[in-house]
Amino acid sequence: MKHFGSSTRATVAALALAAMIAPAIAQQGLDEPFQKPFKEALAGKTVAYVPVAMNFDLTEGWYAGLKKELEPFGVKFVIRDANWNTNAGAQAVTSLISEKPAVMVVHNPDVQTYAKLLQRAENEGIYVIQINMGSAYRSSAFVGANWVEIGERQTEAVVKACEGKSNKIAIVQGALSAAASAYTLKGVENVLAKHPEIKVVSSQAADWDAAKAKAITQTVLKQNPDLCGIVGFWDGMDIGTAAAVKEAGLTGKVFVATSGGGERKGACELVKSGAFDLNMSYDVPTQAAQMAGTIKWLLSSSVKPGSIKGSEYTTLIPITKENADSQMSCWNLSDLKK
Amino acid sequence: MKRFRFSQQEIVFAVFTLLFLVFSIFLRGFLTPDNMLTLLQNVAVLGILGLAMAIVVIGRGIDISLIAALAVPPGLALQMVQNGHSLPTSLLTAVLLTIAFGLVNGWLIAYAEVPSLFATLATGLLLAGLGQTALFQLDVVQWSPGMNGFERLGQGTILGIPTSIVMFAIACVVVAFLLRWTRWGAYIYAIGDNPYAARVTGIPSRPIIVLQYVVAALIGCFAGLVMAASVNSMPTRVFNSTLIYDVILVVVLGGIGLSGGRGGVLNVVIGTLLIGTMLNGMTIMDISYAGQNLIKGVVLLLAVITDSFLNPRNEETAQQGDI
Repeated sequence: MKHFGSSTRATVAALALAAMIAPAIAQQGLDEPFQKPFKEALAGKTVAYVPVAMNFDLTEGWYAGLKKELEPFGVKFVIRDANWNTNAGAQAVTSLISEKPAVMVVHNPDVQTYAKLLQRAENEGIYVIQINMGSAYRSSAFVGANWVEIGERQTEAVVKACEGKSNKIAIVQGALSAAASAYTLKGVENVLAKHPEIKVVSSQAADWDAAKAKAITQTVLKQNPDLCGIVGFWDGMDIGTAAAVKEAGLTGKVFVATSGGGERKGACELVKSGAFDLNMSYDVPTQAAQMAGTIKWLLSSSVKPGSIKGSEYTTLIPITKENADSQMSCWNLSDLKK
Repeated sequence: MKRFRFSQQEIVFAVFTLLFLVFSIFLRGFLTPDNMLTLLQNVAVLGILGLAMAIVVIGRGIDISLIAALAVPPGLALQMVQNGHSLPTSLLTAVLLTIAFGLVNGWLIAYAEVPSLFATLATGLLLAGLGQTALFQLDVVQWSPGMNGFERLGQGTILGIPTSIVMFAIACVVVAFLLRWTRWGAYIYAIGDNPYAARVTGIPSRPIIVLQYVVAALIGCFAGLVMAASVNSMPTRVFNSTLIYDVILVVVLGGIGLSGGRGGVLNVVIGTLLIGTMLNGMTIMDISYAGQNLIKGVVLLLAVITDSFLNPRNEETAQQGDI
């Protein structure tokens, strides 16, 4: 009885003790073992950004998006603006190789110029992320649009719009050597191979220049007023294409398909106004977020630069009259910068 | 017996006529009124810029900064309207900026005596840089609702003729008047022909040179407004393009010698027509970009080589100094 009594007391005491200690353990919390090395891996690291040029929706959008995701972790962000000059860009990449940033984010003007340099950068221990326009060298990551798919989907839309019409289409290319132009053209060809009834009356390069695009389209429309569609390669340039269509009084009759970063003024507003019938958006903020994610992962993984290679093709958003009003289809550069 | 000699202007006109005939005969859809208008419309801005360059070149200078004057002040006007300013205020600001820019160019060349090539090379970069860093939010300044109505400067038609052609025609008349019927015009020819003699005879050389660059910048700005209205935006990046070479080409090809004192509006028109015909014909034939460059180069070389055969350089012309 006595024994039983003491055991009861002991149990009661143990329970009371447990009742006292348990909250104390819960209050102490459990240290997450991975966030500290993650923070250490990022803090003080330099990410260098080499766009073909700043001051347009795509490159400004990527810049703002990356800054927003990386700077809170103490990442230093430097920019080398090539300002549409391939030589200046190559020089920037070369000098960065000796400065040894942790990561280089590169936007290639064409598929060849930087290829060797990027390989050298990875050999020197710099992660290289290529954005939207890739080079012939495959680096740690490519984040960007699948141009072949863009070409295919734009052409499919144009072919569909041409049903029962003249089947005459025109192609307004960008700068011939750029990945965005060459690969999109491949996509266009893929679809045209399946549609022998479609006749391409003109396929010319406007060099990313709106005035040139307008001049070409004007001439083509005068020769072929029954044209049923145009495949354009970039909305920044195809403002000119659309202006020529509008001037000829053919808005709505000639289907204008283009592609771009999906900035509101350059994409949704122009689709709403009827200038473009389809704008394939590669959604720059999402691309920036994916790039930032990749950078965080690479820096915290401590894999050797050049030892892994992957691609992240971004999901395309086709902007048409149906969704041009939606808040989700486009983004505002001014908001992204805030 | 007087030896018959062709001037470069006549040679270029002959090349133009030949090309035009060949295209008219062999190219379906070339010789239609509609296509003729498109041809002119496509080179209207180039032609207007050619006029600005002609004024400077006749005065024995060169203005490499012309494309900056084309891109930046009109871009500023569009940006200001986008930011909520009224159209008249924005246009006035653009014009004032243009005048200030012309004055800087003129002062550097006339008073500080910096060679025009280097002075305008630097000021052009300066203005374009200022635009990119301080004035524009984006390279391509979009059209905004506040600009409504203004697009008529570059779009639509007047009496069936596309507006940009009308603007080119107006610019031609104004420049022809300035050069041929005003004292200022006569002074420019005199300075271009022999700057030292002009100064000795009492022509106010320096103020005239300043005025020359101000007028060129203003014409450049006008060309920019026509261009912006025509494509519904101002692609300010055009500064980095090869447009300035095309402008110089129009002027030199048309027969305005870089040594100054010669040529006029007709030369610019002929140069513009040749370039326009070539571009139009090649677009109709759907010749590739690289192919077009090759053909342009060959035709231009032929014109220049023919000229140097028919008008060989001698001691005197060599002394005048080609750039």
